[in-house]
Amino acid sequence: MENPQRDRTSAAPREREVIVDVRGLTKRFADVLAVDGVDMKIRRGQVYGFLGPNGSGKTTFIRMLCGLLEPTAGEGTCLGYDILTQQREIKHHVGYMTQRFSLYEDLTVRENLDFTARLYGVADRPRRVAQSLEELGLAERRNQLAGNLSGGWKQRLSLGCALLHQPRLLLLDEPTAGVDPKARRDFWEQIQTMAEKNGLTVLITTHYMDEAERCHELSYLAYGRLLVRGTPADLLRHAAIRVWAIRGPELNALAIALREGDGLEQVVAFGNALHVVSDDPARIRAALGRHLTPAHTAEEIEPGLDDVFIHLMEKSSDNFS
Amino acid sequence: MRRSPQGRLAAVVLKEFIQMRRDRLTFAMMVGIPLMQLILFGFAINTDPKRLPTGIVSGDHSRYTRALVAAMANSGYFRIVDDDMTEAEADRAIERGSVQFALTIPPDFTRKLLRGERPRFLVEADGTDPAATSNALRALEGISQRIWQKELPGATSRVAGGAPAASLAIHARYNPEAITQYNIVPGLMGVVLTMTMVIITSLAITREKERGTMEHLLGTPVRPAEVMVGKIVPYIVVGYIQVVLVLLAAAFLFRVPVRGSIPLLLACALLFIVANLSVGLTFSTVAKNQLQAVQMSFFFFLPSILLSGFMFPFRGMPGWAQMIGSALPLTHFLRIVRGIMLKGNGFADVAQHLVPIAAFCAIALAIGIRRYRQTLD
Ligand SMILES: Nc1ncnc2c1ncn2[C@@H]1O[C@H](COP(=O)(O)OP(=O)(O)O)[C@@H](O)[C@H]1O
Ligand SMILES: [Mg+2]
Repeated sequence: MENPQRDRTSAAPREREVIVDVRGLTKRFADVLAVDGVDMKIRRGQVYGFLGPNGSGKTTFIRMLCGLLEPTAGEGTCLGYDILTQQREIKHHVGYMTQRFSLYEDLTVRENLDFTARLYGVADRPRRVAQSLEELGLAERRNQLAGNLSGGWKQRLSLGCALLHQPRLLLLDEPTAGVDPKARRDFWEQIQTMAEKNGLTVLITTHYMDEAERCHELSYLAYGRLLVRGTPADLLRHAAIRVWAIRGPELNALAIALREGDGLEQVVAFGNALHVVSDDPARIRAALGRHLTPAHTAEEIEPGLDDVFIHLMEKSSDNFS
Repeated sequence: MRRSPQGRLAAVVLKEFIQMRRDRLTFAMMVGIPLMQLILFGFAINTDPKRLPTGIVSGDHSRYTRALVAAMANSGYFRIVDDDMTEAEADRAIERGSVQFALTIPPDFTRKLLRGERPRFLVEADGTDPAATSNALRALEGISQRIWQKELPGATSRVAGGAPAASLAIHARYNPEAITQYNIVPGLMGVVLTMTMVIITSLAITREKERGTMEHLLGTPVRPAEVMVGKIVPYIVVGYIQVVLVLLAAAFLFRVPVRGSIPLLLACALLFIVANLSVGLTFSTVAKNQLQAVQMSFFFFLPSILLSGFMFPFRGMPGWAQMIGSALPLTHFLRIVRGIMLKGNGFADVAQHLVPIAAFCAIALAIGIRRYRQTLD
């Protein structure tokens, strides 16, 4: 699962300007520790992937970065500004695309852009708004109410609003959730172009592994804690796991048998195949020998990022429960 | 599987109870609003106002005039606040509203009384609110019938035809025909503004929170004061539209005489509108959702309408209710509107009522800005 695009840019020098540098960032809500001592360092021009299951604290982390939530503990800088004291300066240079659509549904596309541009004090506003409408392909829909747009168009509009003031850091919280594959590809192309050409830095959360693979670096969060960090290639290399893909009839029953009968915890359905993940190949072979029927096929495959993360989750779950 | 419709009903009932319990404020309002109504209607509201401030302009001092004053005070309706005023002072006091009645006894009253010449004595009343004065005036008439029989011996107490020995002249200033509309319609201006301005702004920030747009707004460098003021300004315009509507209706529909300066009224209305918008905005920084915001507005509206002197005469309320009423902007605005429209008050007369409104406004805004969160915490 090599990605040529990634290799070309990951060669970028390690010494580039540090855009995000936080240490021990922690957020406690009444009874939940949403983010627990997370460190992060992002350099200029990076597309940084932020992964983790729902409720693992990604949104909370991002909100602390851009001054929308006050951290319970931790410190650091964003674009060189202190995240604890210089939130206003940070907001001037950050574009934040929220997970939930947060523009005004009762304003038109153009009115939303115009309003946002005014709040940021964008110079030459009418021209900038018109240009943004063109770039987003929203020119024809400029007078449509934002509430009537479909998911993909809403996402474009949100992105447009986040880019109006030409931010240096773009925070994207699940921007492609519920967006069709083509729109998703276009979206990524645009993000990567901006990162490469304009040196825009991007922190993006996603549940899609193909998107994760396009990132220069990844952090994986679980239960508010950082589980692992590195380039996709590093993560695959260091995981030291082996994966078998099993096809055939009644995979659900087989999965239950493998999990309960043989204590194999990482048995997960992927499309029409069952992935069995382990760092102990002997155990897998023995278990497969016991449960597979002649109707099943089993072949060892290259591990993907999903397999790595599933493995990490299972391995660490003892520490959290 | 066996189906059980009762189970479904129970499920809905149970869910409603759970949700009701979670929404503490709604629950508090459901208990608080009826309690408040009971207390306000039961204890605070009194349609038989007593101890109304009365001033005396006396050109004559004798046991007879003292007896008259004492009888008035004893009736419970009149509280003598000043027993030695000049005519001009009494005039001003009625205009400013510091007395409700002024009793004028002419210089040769006792002489004429003893001679059986049926002297006149005059009671002037601030008739702006007919409900506030009617019972007192009725009591006064009773007094004037009886008192001379008691005070004057035998035949002198009666002149021909059984009429009292002295005649009472009542002069209702400002609203001589006691037309209730003259009092209600100008007051409605304040009531309408209080109701709409508070609700409309209390929804302003709550709506942003509920729809999720607050996150977008807070992500930008906009300042709290910019958000607050930006949300107030448009509704000032709406408020003025309402003021003009009420004024037009007062003048052309109800034929209420407008004696004072309209520009002065409009200027005073600005402060009152801003005060109400500030309250609404403060509510909206506290309320978690739009329903709570509306409930809080209602919680503010209820005492405003009941304790301000709009529905019931202010002077008829017990001291604690008058204290609460005095804190509310509507109470003072009513005095301003009625003063300007019905009495022809000028700036000097209404200035005393502007101060408490301004103070209220400043406090509400300060709380609102303090409570406005720059984060989603
Ligand atoms: N405002 C809040 N109040 C209380 N708990 C919250 C709040 N926001 C998030 N949480 C909790 O914090 C945890 C992390 O949430 P979130 O950051 O949204 O995760 P993610 O974005 O990774 O799905 C969850 O358990 C969530 O319920
Ligand atoms: Mg999230």
